[in-house]
Amino acid sequence: MATPLVVSEVAKSFTMHLRDGIRLPVVENVSFSVAAGECAVLGGPSGIGKSSILKMLYGNYSVDTGQVLITHNDVTVDIASADPRSVLTIRRDVVGYVSQFLRTVPRVAAVDVVAEPLLAKGVAHEEARDCAGDLLARLNLPERLWSLPPATFSGGEQQRVNIARGFITDHPLLLLDEPTASLDAANRAVVVDLIRAKKEAGTALLGIFHDQDVREAVADRIIDVSLFSAPKEAA
Amino acid sequence: MNTHAQLATYNFAYLDEQTKRMIRRAILKAIAIPGYQVPFASREMPMPYGWGTGGVQVTASVLGPDDTLKVIDQGADDTTNAVSIRAFFQKVANVAVTTSTAEATIIQTRHRIPEETLKEGQILVYQVPIPEPLRFLEPRETETRKMHALEEYGLMHVKLYEDIAKNGHIATTYAYPVKVEGRYVMDPSPTPKFDNPKMHRSEALQLFGAGREKRIYAVPPYTDVVSLDFEDHPFEIQKFDEPCALCGARNVYLDEVILNDKGGRMFVCSDTDHCEKRRAEGHVGHLAGEAPETAQ
Amino acid sequence: MSDHPLLRVNAVTKFYGARVGCRDVSFELWPGEVLAVVGESGSGKTTLLNAISTRLLPTSGTVEYRMRDGQFRDLYRMGEAERRFLMRTDWGFVHQNPADGLRMTVSAGANVGERLMAIGDRHYGNIRDTASQWLGRVEIDTDRIDDQPRDFSGGMRQRLQIARNLVTGPRLVFMDEPTGGLDVSVQARLLDLVRGLVNDLGLAAIVVTHDLAVARLLSHRMMVMKDGNVIEHGLTDRVLDDPREPYTQLLVSSILQV
Repeated sequence: MATPLVVSEVAKSFTMHLRDGIRLPVVENVSFSVAAGECAVLGGPSGIGKSSILKMLYGNYSVDTGQVLITHNDVTVDIASADPRSVLTIRRDVVGYVSQFLRTVPRVAAVDVVAEPLLAKGVAHEEARDCAGDLLARLNLPERLWSLPPATFSGGEQQRVNIARGFITDHPLLLLDEPTASLDAANRAVVVDLIRAKKEAGTALLGIFHDQDVREAVADRIIDVSLFSAPKEAA
Repeated sequence: MNTHAQLATYNFAYLDEQTKRMIRRAILKAIAIPGYQVPFASREMPMPYGWGTGGVQVTASVLGPDDTLKVIDQGADDTTNAVSIRAFFQKVANVAVTTSTAEATIIQTRHRIPEETLKEGQILVYQVPIPEPLRFLEPRETETRKMHALEEYGLMHVKLYEDIAKNGHIATTYAYPVKVEGRYVMDPSPTPKFDNPKMHRSEALQLFGAGREKRIYAVPPYTDVVSLDFEDHPFEIQKFDEPCALCGARNVYLDEVILNDKGGRMFVCSDTDHCEKRRAEGHVGHLAGEAPETAQ
Repeated sequence: MSDHPLLRVNAVTKFYGARVGCRDVSFELWPGEVLAVVGESGSGKTTLLNAISTRLLPTSGTVEYRMRDGQFRDLYRMGEAERRFLMRTDWGFVHQNPADGLRMTVSAGANVGERLMAIGDRHYGNIRDTASQWLGRVEIDTDRIDDQPRDFSGGMRQRLQIARNLVTGPRLVFMDEPTGGLDVSVQARLLDLVRGLVNDLGLAAIVVTHDLAVARLLSHRMMVMKDGNVIEHGLTDRVLDDPREPYTQLLVSSILQV
């Protein structure tokens, strides 16, 4: 089976045109891969570019140079150069992403926020909502909240909606950006179980976990992002 | 030759020959494209707009010395507009005039189609105030022309839809839109919808003249004229509960006549010629013989 | 997703005399895809929208549309009758000012039903039922069906305009600042409604807006325009979260944070 994710010599910088065009290098020469059924963790101090790497893999940030090769059903797509439509297809079918913060949409109920990725894949409405309910129950989100839009939820509640939304699909590659940051111990344990189940199902996972307990519980391997640090230019 | 002397300052039928030819060309084009509004260079006439200047110009252009002219207004030969237009053509064309539908070769009308079925060879000339059936829904002339050209007539049904939504049935009773020969939607001018079926496959030539709006359109003999409607709200004509009070006719269009200021009223034929003819044939309505006295 | 785009825009340019309206714009739009065109007033985004939607003849360039029979047709080589038929059946156009897209003096029901009657629907009861369903879908009380839009609030008018456009099941909808001029709470409701309809019906849409939040919520893909040129084009969240061009960075950094 092909490796689901191969990152090859990726470099990223930001050019701040509003600040006299200064160039802020983020990472360079990022090279690693993640195998199916493996959970790799991006390690290193804050601000080193871990989140940026995840965002590049998801197509949310552009890539200056290098390749992000995602393989699914024997088709390999380079996210770094793919057109928007291909990226959207990859997101729908291949790559899931749990961000640090939930971007809420007005008036959409929590259960529908969670069910949406399944609906996008063509799952029937009722079935998708049932799956969403199961996951929310597992994450201990009170049922009375399911029909409410998550905009007014607490940070922890929003995060659980976000996790459920990320884990509901059977995407072969899952990117996790501090999914447990605002959760209590009980819910962190649920997330650890969810991650283990994904691994057993053959999902490739790549995550950022500041919580050491969680990291040790799920990580098969730590990728040290500080090795990819770009030399800072004199501003 | 006495009359000829009186006419010395006018060309036959008032309009000069060039103008008549121009109008005839417009009429021919209108006949060739049934229901299509042909623009023409409408002339100033010795009467105000709204008094039938379009119809008069059309009549003047098709009228010949051998024609017999009948003019009606609201179905009557003796109303002001009818009398003055008839007198006009007597004076400027010296043609024979009649009130009899059957005897007339040209009938100019403002609101009605005579009850007596028109025959081949007759011409019915309508005076039209607003020729554009789409006008009240789409005020832009550029747009209405385009809609005619492209046969975009959904808007006409919007108007009928509104009627049903407001009144439970199609409440448009006059100027009821029709489709001519399956192509152009046409406003039959302010005739009551009661008369719409008479236009369908009529043996007579029907010409429409709008003087102020400078448009001529036509329905040639034996042309399909279909009133617009909905499948579940089909076109219907007005029905009257009682027959004509004077001649007893049923299935004709009736006018309400106030008899006194105590609420007395009667319904009589709007087509005066038809009514008189029936009475001459011995038909009697329930108020016949009383009405003239009461009216006085 | 289909293997063919719905719309191919190739090097569309519009000059107003010597002044540039939009210059050399090319893109393809696929079925079910929502494209946002953003930029300030005068950036050429409305010119572009009009030039694509056959409301304004471009100076040069072609716009091809895939008809229901699968054939691509150059919109500006089509007969006017066919083009107008396309516009009122397979396309929708939602104007910023609902009064431009509605008949203000006919009832809500007739506004929605007009397109049905235009394509030959002649059954009053069916037309009314369909209109009533659509009013429900855009969250207008069905007992307002006989009221005229001039008695409606701005948000209701805009929802009515959307229903009027969608009743014939179009595949492509153009929207020109659909939430402009509405209160913020009304905007949110409208956006959510449009988002839901676009998803449910699989509509392709081109949305012109100066509001990046609208672009974020509705669109998959985004084009940023400045002085008639497309200066940045990409996945909506990519353009908003990692803007590359100086002007895009300025736009993104100008959003008020709540």
